[in-house]
Amino acid sequence: MNHPDKEADSKPQFKLEFKIGEKDFSVAGEAASKVKKTLQQLGLRPEEVRNIAIIVYEAVMNVIIHATHGELEVIIVPEKVVVLTEDTGMGIPDLEMAMKEGYSTATHEVREMGFGAGMGLPNIKQCSHKLNIKSQVGVGTVLEAIVYLSSKD
Amino acid sequence: MTLGELVNLLGFETLTGEVNLDKEIKSGYVSDLLSDVIANIEEGSVWITIQRHVNVLGVAKLRDILAIIIPRKLELEQEVIERAKSENIAILRDYRPAFEISGLIYNALKRG
Repeated sequence: MNHPDKEADSKPQFKLEFKIGEKDFSVAGEAASKVKKTLQQLGLRPEEVRNIAIIVYEAVMNVIIHATHGELEVIIVPEKVVVLTEDTGMGIPDLEMAMKEGYSTATHEVREMGFGAGMGLPNIKQCSHKLNIKSQVGVGTVLEAIVYLSSKD
Repeated sequence: MTLGELVNLLGFETLTGEVNLDKEIKSGYVSDLLSDVIANIEEGSVWITIQRHVNVLGVAKLRDILAIIIPRKLELEQEVIERAKSENIAILRDYRPAFEISGLIYNALKRG
């Protein structure tokens, strides 16, 4: 599956990468905290930091809950931040349903922990300016969320 | 109102000692769904939840939550408490159910 946003590759950039293992729940919090810290150090606005941290947490959590394994990349270029997850797993059979708040295919066990509430993708959508999802059933999913950064005065 | 003042007022158990007791409480939130908390809690809040696994700390850290408040005197693993201390997140506990605790905190914060 191709990277849907090629323009990010051609500019000076800052990149964070994480490996996501199966049922490794703690990696979501760790990755999101690390990204948050980096963005704060780079001087992004608090609202932008918040939104990107939420996107990272939810996107990684989706890989942990629904896929076998995957990777997270956060690419920071001057005018935007791209959050990219790519996983190997079951894929999303019905993307339209998956985007609906409250719809979830998570297991009972995962739900008991307070995950799998069917809010992950809607949260990501709400926090990003652009969201691209490419999924193939039985193969995996690529998710790309973009947050455009406001110019600093 | 600081977290310490709230603890004194309502008699909560402090499982993490002095952590964050000097910090000012901005607001509060009650939910057991982690995605709901991540999306809607304000920074500097107290969070009332029955979720007690280690991943709640990731959520708390991510959104700069001051304290997690566990209702109905539910049990916690020592590992979670130790981890919370090292991440600077307070864990408080009370015998009352979440509904009562949130009502008491809401009134306390409103009075200031």
